[in-house]
Amino acid sequence: MFRSRSLSLFKSLSLSNSIGLRSFASAAPPITEAFYAKPNANGNYLVTLIPGDGIGPEISESVKRIYGAAEVPIEWEPVNVTPVIKKGKTVIPEEALISVKKNTVALKGPLATPIGKGHVSLNLTLRRTFDLFANVRPCKSIVGYKTPYDDVNTVLIRENTEGEYSGIEHTVVDGVVQSIKLITKEASDRCARYAFTYSKDIGRNRVTAIHKANIMKLSDGLFLDSCQEVAKEFPEIEFDDMLLDRACLHIVQDPARFSDTVMVMPNLYGDILSDMCAGLIGGLGLTPSGNIGKDASIFEAVHGTAPDIAGKDLANPTALLLSSIMMLRHMRLYTFADKIETAVLSTIAEGKCLTRDLGGSATNTEFTNHIITKLK
Amino acid sequence: MLKTFARATTPFIHIAKQGFPRSVSSIPISQSDTTKYGGKFTATLIPGDGIGQETAAAVKTIFKAANVPIEWDQLDVTGYTQEGDILFKQSIESIRRNKVALKGILYTPISKLGHQSFNVTIRRDLDIYASLVLIKNIKGYPTRHTNVDFAIIRENTEGEYTGLEHQSFPGVVESLKIVTRTKTERIARFAFDFALKNNRKKVTCVHKANIMKLGDGLFLNTCREVAEDYKAAGIQFDDMIVDNCSMQLVSKPQQFDVMVMPNLYGNIVSNVGAALVGGPGIIPGANIGREYALFEPGCRHVGKDIQGHNTANPTALILSGVMMLHHLGLDDYANRIHNAVKQTIKRGSAKTPDMGGTSTTTNFTLAVISNL
Repeated sequence: MFRSRSLSLFKSLSLSNSIGLRSFASAAPPITEAFYAKPNANGNYLVTLIPGDGIGPEISESVKRIYGAAEVPIEWEPVNVTPVIKKGKTVIPEEALISVKKNTVALKGPLATPIGKGHVSLNLTLRRTFDLFANVRPCKSIVGYKTPYDDVNTVLIRENTEGEYSGIEHTVVDGVVQSIKLITKEASDRCARYAFTYSKDIGRNRVTAIHKANIMKLSDGLFLDSCQEVAKEFPEIEFDDMLLDRACLHIVQDPARFSDTVMVMPNLYGDILSDMCAGLIGGLGLTPSGNIGKDASIFEAVHGTAPDIAGKDLANPTALLLSSIMMLRHMRLYTFADKIETAVLSTIAEGKCLTRDLGGSATNTEFTNHIITKLK
Repeated sequence: MLKTFARATTPFIHIAKQGFPRSVSSIPISQSDTTKYGGKFTATLIPGDGIGQETAAAVKTIFKAANVPIEWDQLDVTGYTQEGDILFKQSIESIRRNKVALKGILYTPISKLGHQSFNVTIRRDLDIYASLVLIKNIKGYPTRHTNVDFAIIRENTEGEYTGLEHQSFPGVVESLKIVTRTKTERIARFAFDFALKNNRKKVTCVHKANIMKLGDGLFLNTCREVAEDYKAAGIQFDDMIVDNCSMQLVSKPQQFDVMVMPNLYGNIVSNVGAALVGGPGIIPGANIGREYALFEPGCRHVGKDIQGHNTANPTALILSGVMMLHHLGLDDYANRIHNAVKQTIKRGSAKTPDMGGTSTTTNFTLAVISNL
């Protein structure tokens, strides 16, 4: 494992050396996103916890209780990320910044973007601050929650920093707007490289690039080229590509055909397809998400803050729990991840103690307690 | 400002009045300017690549069996060729002459050296701005979702498909997405007129205006303004962000009625929609402009993987042809063929592999003819 990793590291280093003069792709050393923090004196890892708004604090509490019961070697460091305006820019408080930088992993509940001018979305701010370049979105059918699809097992990686979200737009003349989609080799390379690394980590033998390079020949073409180039560093992993429209069609018609691959794609397509896959298995309340960056990685629940049920002990903590399980695997705490995952999934499969959104009548506390009894 | 734009969709209104509410058939007619000699219409036929030849043969056979008064001006243009293809230019000329065309899908190379999409070029050059795709469950072909019935109206000529791209520095590429008020207004009016004339209640604008605040913002705001004009007629308006929309589509597709959206989202939504009710083989599509109308399968797949196997489902192209017949005012022929297709699928004896059967394209075609 270590050997092959260092080999691919070496390969990619030498690759970027060889093209170093011609591109700035070599500015950042590759594959630094792997977890490398050390445990503290108590043998525990420090993890930043951003409880979030609305139902965030309740579901974070559930995660903490379950982790306590499972004796996971993690110490939580709760921080507040309510944005402050500094020199006219939306920034997250210094304390939160330092905590995430130091711990390199964070778990985050849903955040409400303050309404009003001048505020960039908090998620976007976090993404920019920590350069979270890849968004990992697995979707797996959950036994016990029936949808028209019972064979979904997709993994999708979305480029997180550019593309259609560049924010470069202008009105040329009244009534004519240009929006610029920005694709760079640097961002495409590192996203592709992470997709291959991740594919290897989770034991899938294929990576599929999703693109629209027949229409956007240069931009999506560059993304596709980057994937093809990176694929050469991973000869043991198969690489193929698919047009966006075809991917939409096939995922919805027969999701099972994506069970052995990791899909990788530019920002907007990833945004749309990840939510579509979530829809197949029952919505954002059941899907985890991880944002991988060079300096830190943030795992989060991507659902909303649900202000209507906040504080009523009715929220479903599953999405945050599943995200935390992804985090454990990122930290290579595999046994704890498996243990907690089994407890959560078997609780839902049993169907005796479910929160309202899953069709039950249990409170968040009862649901959490039930998971804890399953841990023993 | 909005009022200044000529109502391109006016002919549409008359037509749909005599049309057939809430069915594939409710497509407009403006037969006055189509070519008709000796009681026969001439229509351009571009079979296209992939399964195009097989499915076009099916359409020709069925139309002949039904004695449809149409003569085909067939052009076997292909996308596996270089820029400046003479046949391709001729096919555009043919559509200009005939005003109506039935078309399969032409292959577009992914390579940067390859030509721009012929499919896009035809729509853009002839300003065939509105794409209409109807997503509806077909009797006798059960899928995971039931009671799905919505219309997708997609802007066809701008947005992400402009082809304006450049490399500003090695490894840094910009693609331009263009949204204009003029083109947005006419597509919005098309959508509302369609809703009005087909007894539909709601128009949903699909966008990403939270991120592309100016571009999609212009699209959304223009739709909102147009919606005001149709409030009195009882057409509701709402909007949905495209990522949420794709999630809603696969979980609760019954909530949608008429959807209007920019080019790329239309590409996504029509394919998701097709997958809900049975795949690209059964989804017809119409592309309507002020002067020309082009009918082609709604999902726009080449189908190279099943080319030449005689297994393709010709339903999408046949029903596109049916829409064309309605457009030409040949409603009796259209209904006869449409019913024959419906009967064939309902009876289920000639299902092609995509519908879970083992029948060939030829057998399906013969079954349709026997049901005429």
